[in-house]
Amino acid sequence: MNFIRRNWLYVPLVAMAVFYLIPTYVMLVTGFKSFEEVDLKTMWNLPRGIAFDNYIEAYNKLSPSLRNSFMVVIPSTIISSILGSINGFVLAKWKFRGADFIFPLILFGMFIPYQSIIIPLVQFMRAIGISGLPSLAMAHIIYGIPITTLTFRNYYAGLPQELLEAAKIDGADMLGIYRHILLPISIPSFVVVLIWQFTAAWNDFLFAVILTGNQQWPVTVALNNMAGSQIIAWNVQMAGSLLAALPTLLVYIFLGRYFLRGLLAGSLKG
Amino acid sequence: MYKDKDRYLNILLISPSILAVLIFIYGFIAWSVRVSLSKWKGLTPDYTWNGLKNYIDLFADPRFAVDVKNTLIFTGVFVFGCLILGFLLAVMLDQGLRGEGFFRSLFLFPMAISYIVTGVVWRWLMNPATGSRTSGLNLLFTYIGLDSWVNAWHTTPKWGMAAIALAAIWQMSGYTMALYLAGLRAIPHELKEAARIDGANEIQIYRHIMIPLLAPVTLSALIILGHMSLKVFDMIVAIAGKQLQLDVPAIYMWQATFDGLFYARGAAIGILLLVSVAILIIPYMHYTLKTEGQT
Repeated sequence: MNFIRRNWLYVPLVAMAVFYLIPTYVMLVTGFKSFEEVDLKTMWNLPRGIAFDNYIEAYNKLSPSLRNSFMVVIPSTIISSILGSINGFVLAKWKFRGADFIFPLILFGMFIPYQSIIIPLVQFMRAIGISGLPSLAMAHIIYGIPITTLTFRNYYAGLPQELLEAAKIDGADMLGIYRHILLPISIPSFVVVLIWQFTAAWNDFLFAVILTGNQQWPVTVALNNMAGSQIIAWNVQMAGSLLAALPTLLVYIFLGRYFLRGLLAGSLKG
Repeated sequence: MYKDKDRYLNILLISPSILAVLIFIYGFIAWSVRVSLSKWKGLTPDYTWNGLKNYIDLFADPRFAVDVKNTLIFTGVFVFGCLILGFLLAVMLDQGLRGEGFFRSLFLFPMAISYIVTGVVWRWLMNPATGSRTSGLNLLFTYIGLDSWVNAWHTTPKWGMAAIALAAIWQMSGYTMALYLAGLRAIPHELKEAARIDGANEIQIYRHIMIPLLAPVTLSALIILGHMSLKVFDMIVAIAGKQLQLDVPAIYMWQATFDGLFYARGAAIGILLLVSVAILIIPYMHYTLKTEGQT
């Protein structure tokens, strides 16, 4: 395609960029307006100055739930990533009889609608006496196993068998191979999986709203209730939305390359 | 081959995960099926056998009929919108333009955000208020002279679900673009060159060469997006709350179970959702794992 014709492509691309940026624009400008300036009728106008009223108000309302989110998401992300790495190693390089049957069984768990397991989940947690944040963390760990296992399995399966054979000839046992050979080169996969799990758990709503009470709400539930209430103004909701989105957005901005890789793994193409 | 102490260690290492999956996925599914065949209504579990009554009642339930219709509208608009938009964006970004990385990141970033955040923001963008209280996108339309575009969004009778799908397209079309972009990059350059030498124009190249070669990507995207739309829940709750007009099976399941304490009906809806997802996903998994084994 010649130079001029190719440059025309910027017109639709920029138009689409505007479409993707509209919600972000509204979130940002509303957040920076002062309380006096906020009005639905001027919601598209730029702020006259920089004020933090909305962010402070939203932060005061959401800070306990932001803390709850971090307390659940960080440990469950780390634990399900470690489990996924071990499972992936076993299923790719250290197979047992039936491994090829087990793998799709685990994988299917990635796609199930959680509505089909939520009643037993609640009953089960009640029966074993785990509630609130620990029960939510447990749900994230267990239902995270399929995707973490998939990502690691695909990564390890792509490594040459000679790598393992050489180590075996040198007398290494399987655990040694995992620890000294595979683990050090799995760092990129760990980053992919950690980001993916962090995002999924942070953004979860269904498990959170069912397994936690109002003292332990993570930020998605708190924000949704804030939006549903008549008392809290829309501008504070906008600022709150940005606060709730910020952790995953920062992860995306700084580690976006890995985020994309995690996404593609989620479609079974590793 | 392996040393003796390694023989069973692999099974030992993976068994906690297998056990968790067996209990929390398959055990719980079986348990849900059992609840769906019971008369459980109320706070205390009641496993009295009720046969398929809950399922039969659902198929006769006008609310469930609305849910199915809404899901179909949502799925149609959402999947079609994501595929078209994702494909076009991928093709444009595949032309080797400057700033490709910037646009790619921009189109993809909504993926990082939760449905709840998207829903809360779009709730205000799609504010249906009229007259002096007009705001959101409707207000923007009047600014730029597109008064005829002003509409009632998700409160539109019949087609309200399409407005919800619009917010979902905003969130997921970048993902579809990423899938297509990966697919386009995997097609050897020589194919395009050869077609060009044979006198094909760009449109013909895409129609007769690229789109057919991208069929597996389209299938993946179709199935991933399709199964997402069967599960749609958070975004509707955040945009519109739980109102009958925008009801879907996931919301009905929620209300039947946790608001109405009709656990047996809730479980039946959950299982129907599972079956519809399984119909999409199991053949897809089978196909993907089989082709993977061949390479």
